[in-house]
Amino acid sequence: MSRSSESDPLRPRDHIEAPRRAEPLGEGPRLGIAGWARFLWRQLTSMRTAIVLLLLLALAAIPGSLVPQRSSDPNGVIQVRSANPDLVWLYDALSLHDVYTSPWFSAIYILLFTSLVGCVIPRLAHHWKAMRAAPPKTPARLSRLVGFQTVPGDASDLDRAERMLRRLGYRTARYGQSISAERGYLRESGNLLFHTSLLAMILVVGIGSGFGYQGQRLLVEGRGFANTLSSYDTFTAGQWFDDGSLEPFAVRLDDLEVEYETENRYAMGAPLDFTARVAVSEPSGERSAQIKVNEPLSVAGADLYLISNGYAPRISVRDPEGNVVYDEYTPFLAQDDLMTSLGVMKLPDGLSQQLGLRGFFYPTAVELGSGALASGYTDVLNPVLSLQAFTGDLGLDAGIPRSVYSLATDEMTQIAGGDSGAESLTLAPGQSVEIPGGLGTIAFEDVLRYGVIEVHVDYTQTLVLWITIALILSLLASLLIPRRRLWVKATGTGLEVAGLARGEDPTLERAVDALARQLRAGAAPSHATGERVTT
Amino acid sequence: MTMDQLDAAGLLAVYSAMAVYTLAFAAFAIDVAKRSAARSTVPRELVSVGGDSPAGGQSPPAIAPAEAGRGARIGFVLTVIGWVVLVAGAVFRGLAAGRVPWANMYEFALTGVAIIVGVFVLSRLWRDLTFLGVFITGLAVVSLGTATLNFYVPPTPLPPALQTYWLVIHVFVATLATGFFALGAGLSVVQLVKERRTNGFLRSLPSAEQLEDLGYRVGVIGFIFWTFTLVAGAIWAEHAWGRYWGWDTKEVWTFIIWVLYAGYIHARATRGWRGSRSAWLQIIGFAAVVFNFTVVNLFFKGLHAYSGLSSE
Repeated sequence: MSRSSESDPLRPRDHIEAPRRAEPLGEGPRLGIAGWARFLWRQLTSMRTAIVLLLLLALAAIPGSLVPQRSSDPNGVIQVRSANPDLVWLYDALSLHDVYTSPWFSAIYILLFTSLVGCVIPRLAHHWKAMRAAPPKTPARLSRLVGFQTVPGDASDLDRAERMLRRLGYRTARYGQSISAERGYLRESGNLLFHTSLLAMILVVGIGSGFGYQGQRLLVEGRGFANTLSSYDTFTAGQWFDDGSLEPFAVRLDDLEVEYETENRYAMGAPLDFTARVAVSEPSGERSAQIKVNEPLSVAGADLYLISNGYAPRISVRDPEGNVVYDEYTPFLAQDDLMTSLGVMKLPDGLSQQLGLRGFFYPTAVELGSGALASGYTDVLNPVLSLQAFTGDLGLDAGIPRSVYSLATDEMTQIAGGDSGAESLTLAPGQSVEIPGGLGTIAFEDVLRYGVIEVHVDYTQTLVLWITIALILSLLASLLIPRRRLWVKATGTGLEVAGLARGEDPTLERAVDALARQLRAGAAPSHATGERVTT
Repeated sequence: MTMDQLDAAGLLAVYSAMAVYTLAFAAFAIDVAKRSAARSTVPRELVSVGGDSPAGGQSPPAIAPAEAGRGARIGFVLTVIGWVVLVAGAVFRGLAAGRVPWANMYEFALTGVAIIVGVFVLSRLWRDLTFLGVFITGLAVVSLGTATLNFYVPPTPLPPALQTYWLVIHVFVATLATGFFALGAGLSVVQLVKERRTNGFLRSLPSAEQLEDLGYRVGVIGFIFWTFTLVAGAIWAEHAWGRYWGWDTKEVWTFIIWVLYAGYIHARATRGWRGSRSAWLQIIGFAAVVFNFTVVNLFFKGLHAYSGLSSE
């Protein structure tokens, strides 16, 4: 319908509004290296390629939701690998546990962003010039354009029309007996800012996250830790992290308060609220604060989260002479919604043999018909410990790192619980029982809660938030602001009015009609149709 | 009323809404059948009345024949009634649970259908899209049926992770986006059908190009809401889990859907992709939305485990 002009937004070659150019046919064989490079670059920066890459990106993201990822589900990774030992090589060869940092996923988004850069940079330069250029010349014939109509008036009305258009936010230029007007440059600005922001986002996240770290530390009530590498149970950091950058502070968990549902019979005992009261020591002094789910605590640039909780019974063991050889709060891990919790204790020294204990803690124990114990409620109403005991080699001397939450019983003999012939060691707080075989006695002293605190430092947060705001605003501008041209031309029969859309513009016709109405209303006050035109 | 009574009232309302939507579906279907039968009686001129007419006045251009069939009118009225009843059902459920009614799959489904139908009903103020009635009411009946049969759980309080205003914002906007995506997908389906055949009932519909324009406008609004969903979700994740993006399964699928719709928006502006190819992309995008809500919620492992259904 129209020729492209200088002030048109620059479009990729295969954009729906790009001028159709004759494809240089038959030039293929004579392309030199530069020619081929140019050809490939054009292909890469075309819309078609961008679409294909977007679809590939969507497709490539799927496996990461099917196979557990190291970043989001490390336990799932271990499970899958131990369940399918024959496929481990395949998982590794295809980076299926690290899909989003894998070479093939990276290749797609790097190509996509290269395509984006190649597309955006020329458009930026062009848009910069277009914003300074006058609207394009009025076409010779307006009759083929959108909303074409003629209203009464002559060349003397053009000044008035120009003022109207300016008030509506149009940039105008006079060409002979006509006005050319254009508005909506913000659409292209938004489009360019949106794509640039995406690029900035990738760069900031990619580089910035290399400086951050996160560490987790389990704390029984009353205990604390200092923000040093060695005090964390688990710690991961970006590649440029420097442990000298750990902010100097310490945190003590004074109290973990949990509120339970007590009325709704469908959710009896479901936790409703967790509040960790903590004492924070910084060089500037000590203060008390709290951490809740959804309400992290900010300390010296780090964010502290409460990510899980459980029970830590205090268990003591005495040798036959009555000497205390073990006395600790041992964190038990919750196994179900009713807080049936599993824990392990290892006593390599102090008794005549190495002793391993493994068993359940029930915050509110109930006896099932079979005589077995189960947890009936989440809070501590009738706490009971039920432990199996093993003697033999705990396997701690081999130098192989062992999880503190699991007991390797291959080299051990069971002496209490299971098939050992002796009953499990079942204890309520304050009780103690003999360990079979005359090893000594074991006592359940009391129970406290523990919380797992995660310390997280991410230097990208604030910047990413600002970029995101820019993303959303520019997206709104690029999708919702119409870029359009209107022309008013004085001819022998009156004022011709018509419009042209650049990009999606479903309301162009109405805009032309509205302008025509305003012109009519101003031209002949006696025939005004009710709309008021302020001048 | 007690919690159980409120919930029972809500459930009753949901069943009633299902019944009304079934009737509406039947009315719309009869209308379609009648229009197909009356192929020769539809005046040809009506087909091309559209946005391009130079005389398009103040009123938004009518893109479908002004006199929709009686079946369609009955269907639309029933849809509005069903919508009011369903909104009441969602409100009762919210009162029973003492919070917003979108914290597990049953509630997501209720609110989601209410919003999808709401977008459809309110779109009447803008354009006559009654021809999508069969699609929308069909979707509503199937979704509510699945929700009541397979997803129902008694009302329970919110787990601490969900007790934040981000639940209200993030999930509501996601559902709103879904409403627009559903409408857009419906338009794209009709567009594709219209591109292949123009006989019978189809003759009375807007042209494939008009359908595509409408589908695009609706889809773009859905995309904007979806972008906002993604951002709000990231901010919430930062508060709750200590990171704004961690490739959790639900995050992955939100991203996939966003990328698919980004592809659709690009396709719409690309020579060779505008038309049926871009329509297919919009349909694939909505299929991913439905997949995300059903299969991903139920069978994929992740942090967004809020279906309320136990995994056994």
